[in-house]
Amino acid sequence: MSRTPRSLRRGRPELYSDYASDQAIWNTPAKRISTLLILIAATSLPWFLNRDLMGLATLVVVYAISGIGLNLISGYAGQISLGHALFMGIGAYTAALLGGTETNLVRGHELDVLIWLPMAGLVPALFGWLVAPIAARVRGLYLAILTLGLLFVGEHILKEMKWLTGGTGVGRRPAGTDLLGFEIYARRTVLGTELPSIASFYLFSLLILVVLAVLARNVARTRQGRAFSAVRDRDIAAEVMGVPLLRTKRLAFTLSSFYAGVGGALLTIVFGFTTPERWNLLLSIDFLAVVLIGGAATITGPIIGAAFVVLMPRFIETFAGSLPFISSTVGGSGILNVFQLQRLLFGAMIVLFLVLEPRGLFGVWIRVRNYFKAWPFSY
Amino acid sequence: MEILLPAIVRGIGTGSTYALLAVSFVVIYRATEVVNFAQPALMILGAYFTSFFVFSVGLPFPVAVVAAMIAMAALGALTERIAMRPLVGQPVFSAAMVTVGVFIVLTMVANRLIGPDILTVGDPWGLERVEIGGFRFFQVDLARTVLALGAIGIVGFVLKQSRVGLAMRATSLDQETALAQGVNVGRMFSLAWALSAALAALAGMLIGTGAGGVEATTALVALKALPVIILGGIDSIQGSVIAGLFIGVVESLARAYQPEYAPWLGANFDIIVPYLILIVSLMVRPYGLFGTPEVQRV
Repeated sequence: MSRTPRSLRRGRPELYSDYASDQAIWNTPAKRISTLLILIAATSLPWFLNRDLMGLATLVVVYAISGIGLNLISGYAGQISLGHALFMGIGAYTAALLGGTETNLVRGHELDVLIWLPMAGLVPALFGWLVAPIAARVRGLYLAILTLGLLFVGEHILKEMKWLTGGTGVGRRPAGTDLLGFEIYARRTVLGTELPSIASFYLFSLLILVVLAVLARNVARTRQGRAFSAVRDRDIAAEVMGVPLLRTKRLAFTLSSFYAGVGGALLTIVFGFTTPERWNLLLSIDFLAVVLIGGAATITGPIIGAAFVVLMPRFIETFAGSLPFISSTVGGSGILNVFQLQRLLFGAMIVLFLVLEPRGLFGVWIRVRNYFKAWPFSY
Repeated sequence: MEILLPAIVRGIGTGSTYALLAVSFVVIYRATEVVNFAQPALMILGAYFTSFFVFSVGLPFPVAVVAAMIAMAALGALTERIAMRPLVGQPVFSAAMVTVGVFIVLTMVANRLIGPDILTVGDPWGLERVEIGGFRFFQVDLARTVLALGAIGIVGFVLKQSRVGLAMRATSLDQETALAQGVNVGRMFSLAWALSAALAALAGMLIGTGAGGVEATTALVALKALPVIILGGIDSIQGSVIAGLFIGVVESLARAYQPEYAPWLGANFDIIVPYLILIVSLMVRPYGLFGTPEVQRV
């Protein structure tokens, strides 16, 4: 690999003389530095935030994992799936079955994180692999409706498998968090600060997010990733050019279900308790919002989108108190209560982003970046 | 016969409501090629407005139903103008997702208006029964069948025979060509949404009649129209009617017989029967019984 001499590269961050450095994930110094800074900031969060906010931060990380999964299938491969919540549920219950404790109601095997976490991804991936041939028969909105049907049927089955899920309204506790004798979910003092018990679980999830995000970014850059985009943009044209449709869609489904499962398993641990009706249409819509608001067909997008979707309700809750027409309790006297305002704005955000900035928050960032890149010129 | 016949009649009653909802999907799909996921919210708001006009305004029931349909038609047209019109020419997926956003917003509005109560729509049928040929049927099932199929018939007739119907069909065939022939395409979009919302309002009223009443969560019932439009064909009114009745009857039979004969399928199995039909139908015949197969060009 021939590299441009350092003297030539100085001041020309976008001068590439070979394909590899052009296609690199971090192909500019700015990206390298900002990624590093963001990582450092994300890692140091537990030392600055209290228990409550750490819970939110963990939720962001876990949402981002599942969001990236949905983005692989819906953003990159263009197959709209409303069944994402079902795959998350399958992952969650695989983890709970393998890692959870046995009670008189539900089964559990109390296995190690090292076993249940990969399985929580692989089992949904298997289901995704099995469902893909059915799903590959239909396209576009038909697929959305099909996955909606699968979601309802799957939800029913989960509700009926009481030995696994506890049943409607009963639920079960999630998997234990014992990693080779090291309890992840525990209060401990690090660097002179007593961290809340969720802090180390947050760091663990963050590590998984980073690994899976880099993996997804790499998949998107490979031959398979380009096949995803080809299928999304025009599936028949892709087929004519020799992209095998079924194999590509199947890979997209399998990968996306893997991410969904891992996300689902971690999500139950954040919540601490889960009932089978949690994995419903609304959760699927939440993740479509993560992808759409964040930015379809990007990896950074779902991470930003996850932060937005998770943090916006809290933001509203915090600031709604100063608005006179919003009541802070259900059944209060205001025009709307906080919960209603949250859902209202959530729906409005989906509409606004699709109408005004289809590339999502990531697209907003691209605009800002390009403005400053070209400054003082307008283009 | 003691179980079978009432089950079938009840199935036809709910089935016609599903058919009506399905037609409201079809009308929008034919005009704009978008599956409108906001339809459940429009339905529930329709039920709310009927109830509102009967109990708060004091209108007689038939007038209240018409008033609710007009109010919802206005809301539908307004939604189209604000949220959907900017997306003309955009991918269908974007438009469908916008309807999901609209669904969330409108459901929240319905939730706020209805609150935790169970609404009754003030219908004259209630739990009364009528005796035909030695069997006693709920009036509400007959009312549902007559009203829903009647409304579908009128819509079908208008689309087929009137000048506006012709313009709407032209729009659904090819928007640009229709525009070139002097059809006001934008107005056709608004009209389709208005018509669809009015039908959804009627369906919401019908869902709310009888024993059940309407809660904010009843909205999800409208999603059962999705199996209907898939089975019947997403652009076929005739298909919607047949598939709607079929799915209604099968669901009702499942409710009547499954707990006794197949208890291992679990509680409330009848709720997912339409979705099983949906999956099978998509696998066997993706464009439905009466739908037009999609022709693709590279």
